[in-house]
Amino acid sequence: MTITPDPAQGIRPFPAQTTTGRASVADGPGGPLRAAGGPGHRDAPGGPGTTAETAARRRSREARLMAALFLGPALVLLLVLVCYPIVYTLWLSFRSGDGSKFVGFDNYVAMFTSPNTRRAILNNLVWVIVAPAVATTLGLIFAVLTERLRRAAVLKAVLFMPMAISFLAAGVTFRLVYDENPDRGVLNAAVVSVHDAFVSPSRYYGVDAREQGDLVPTDGGFQSRGPVNPGEPVRLALVGLPPDRIPTDARPATAPAGGPGLQGVVWLDFTRGGGGQAGIVDAGEVGLPEMTVEAVSDGGTVVATARTDAAGRFAFPDLASGPYVIRLPADNFTEPFNGVTWLGPSFITPAVIGVYIWIWAGFAMVLVSAGLAALPREALEAARMDGANEWQTFRHVTVPLVRPVLVVVLVTLTINVLKIFDLVYVLAPESSQDDATVVALEMYRVSFGGGLDYGLGSALAVLLFALVLPAMLFNIRRLRRNS
Amino acid sequence: MSHATTDTVLELVPAGTARGGRPRPGPWARFMMRFGKALLRLLVVLIGAFWLLPTFGLAVASLRSSADNSATGWWTVFTAPAQLTLDNYAQVLQNERIVESLWNTVLITVPSTLLVVLLGALGAYALAWLDFPGRDWLFVLVVALIVVPVQVAIVPDARIFRVLGIYGEISAVVAFHVAFGLPFAIFLLRNFFLNIPRDMLEAARMDGAREMLIFARVVLPIGWPAIASLAIFQFLWVWNDLLVSLVFATSDNAPITYALREQMRSFSSNLDTIGPGAFLSMLVPLVVFFAFQRYFVQGVLAGSGK
Repeated sequence: MTITPDPAQGIRPFPAQTTTGRASVADGPGGPLRAAGGPGHRDAPGGPGTTAETAARRRSREARLMAALFLGPALVLLLVLVCYPIVYTLWLSFRSGDGSKFVGFDNYVAMFTSPNTRRAILNNLVWVIVAPAVATTLGLIFAVLTERLRRAAVLKAVLFMPMAISFLAAGVTFRLVYDENPDRGVLNAAVVSVHDAFVSPSRYYGVDAREQGDLVPTDGGFQSRGPVNPGEPVRLALVGLPPDRIPTDARPATAPAGGPGLQGVVWLDFTRGGGGQAGIVDAGEVGLPEMTVEAVSDGGTVVATARTDAAGRFAFPDLASGPYVIRLPADNFTEPFNGVTWLGPSFITPAVIGVYIWIWAGFAMVLVSAGLAALPREALEAARMDGANEWQTFRHVTVPLVRPVLVVVLVTLTINVLKIFDLVYVLAPESSQDDATVVALEMYRVSFGGGLDYGLGSALAVLLFALVLPAMLFNIRRLRRNS
Repeated sequence: MSHATTDTVLELVPAGTARGGRPRPGPWARFMMRFGKALLRLLVVLIGAFWLLPTFGLAVASLRSSADNSATGWWTVFTAPAQLTLDNYAQVLQNERIVESLWNTVLITVPSTLLVVLLGALGAYALAWLDFPGRDWLFVLVVALIVVPVQVAIVPDARIFRVLGIYGEISAVVAFHVAFGLPFAIFLLRNFFLNIPRDMLEAARMDGAREMLIFARVVLPIGWPAIASLAIFQFLWVWNDLLVSLVFATSDNAPITYALREQMRSFSSNLDTIGPGAFLSMLVPLVVFFAFQRYFVQGVLAGSGK
């Protein structure tokens, strides 16, 4: 950071004051400036004194004029477009929505009580607690990782690049990442494939029991309508499986023949092209393989479990006599997992914070890297010599030494997060803006986005201003300390 | 960055086994060191890939037809590279709204940057090297204004611009950007100018140069690195802005961010416009980023507190 001047001499209060003595020789052609008599002459100690004195006076008058000329345009803009509006906004915040009458603290009361603005304030609180801490931690990790590798510049460039693009472009980028359809959104595609790797998707979701058949729905699965006894063949008819989801290994169903124990069939009671009788295993109807079947005793305990074969048959050969309920448990029919609605009401704020971190972790990394580069190598070496392992060195030497940098990053990101607007505005779809809203966004929505309530909008702006005031005072104090 | 530490890196290396006067690491330790290093490299590559993935995805999606994009994910391009087409870009470049808004972005960004640099440098020079009453307080004021959120000014400034008759014009957007860019610009440049050796200014004065000449011939050339960083920071700040133009620009004067935001209401249906549009809007910042990475980093670091 070569542009940051040495803090020791960075901010000096009156650097030019000490230079007044030079004036005797260093005068430029005075021109019309010289003629302009000013108040400076009045309090001159002994009237027109030495030539050096008049020259100094003239210099100082010229300096004032030049200062007015140099600083004037900037100052006018700052006073008119920044300073005066602060006062104006403060005034507006005590007026009604159209500014016509004085309403006292009504806007401030409304700000903390109306659901939208309260939501905004609470969301901002979440932002402030989570986003700077996570971004800084990641930045520290990345900085430590890249410090240890050659050619780390490439990674640094990659991590820092999001800083260059607009929140809008980041918003567009992440709308695509967060797309709810796992066929389009890369995040849900990843989440779904990880999920399906652990929980295999069921084959038969969405099916129904044949009306007037032997099955009735229960707890997401199905069970036999009445108790059955070993020896009675069981026919469990299901319908509603779309043709494209019929398992390719399914074979034509065959009615159970009866045999030892309890036997039965689970099949799709639907004849292609029509025909066939409900509840009867007709020719051309297929069995449903790999279905879990449970035999449940009177007391409700599962006494045996079986799986159907390719023709849909199952058997409990060793079942003792006594009535059982045959059950097809719910996990045969669980809906497939279709990913997370990232931009819906419940996940929207974490989702937007995630993008913010994607953008700002690189910033934190670069700052921390600069801090690490300035660390005294001896301290680290000494710690290692004393037998500290890498983690101990990191925890007890590196982190304390870079702590000032970490504080700067945290403070900077906190100020930044307080004012967050674009990202939320762009990323959150209209339907979840109420859930995602933050103070700066609410200020815009209330004042311009259809609300036109300048009173409440101004109160929100004043709140934002109040929240950054500590940072302002911190800056000024640091300035004073340095001078 | 120093490479001296690369062999004392991993926790897998027992303390005291690195180089220097210490004992040489045994074969096991050396193996673990290499293994750990490979692991670290893998981790770093994964992080980098993870960070690039979103942008890469948008880039690929912007090169696919809208039919493809609504049916399948951009990653299917790896199995069917024939999907790639420049049609979206061709269409976006014929889309008057997008092209005009890109041009508006330029019309807003260039003057905003030049004015901030010019007025900021002049003001910073006055605050650094000219002697006048109240200078201290003015500088404190400037420092105080750095963190002021734009939200506290947008409603009143909208009224001011209306009174001036420029509300909705590009000039209003520029004026606002300049006003809010100045505090930081003055702060940054003043601190840099203060480090100019007094002797150089004195020498110029001895030669009879007036302040304006000193400013142009001595201060600007020496302050160049800071000015470059400031210019890049301000340029990107304005180029990427959405809020200020939403408030102060009419639709005719909208920059690209504004125009794309309008298009986003129904996202998945017009990804074929938004994707290439967003990429075109990113093009300039990315070029700036890669071309001036050093100044860019410094500018962003210095201006981050804004």
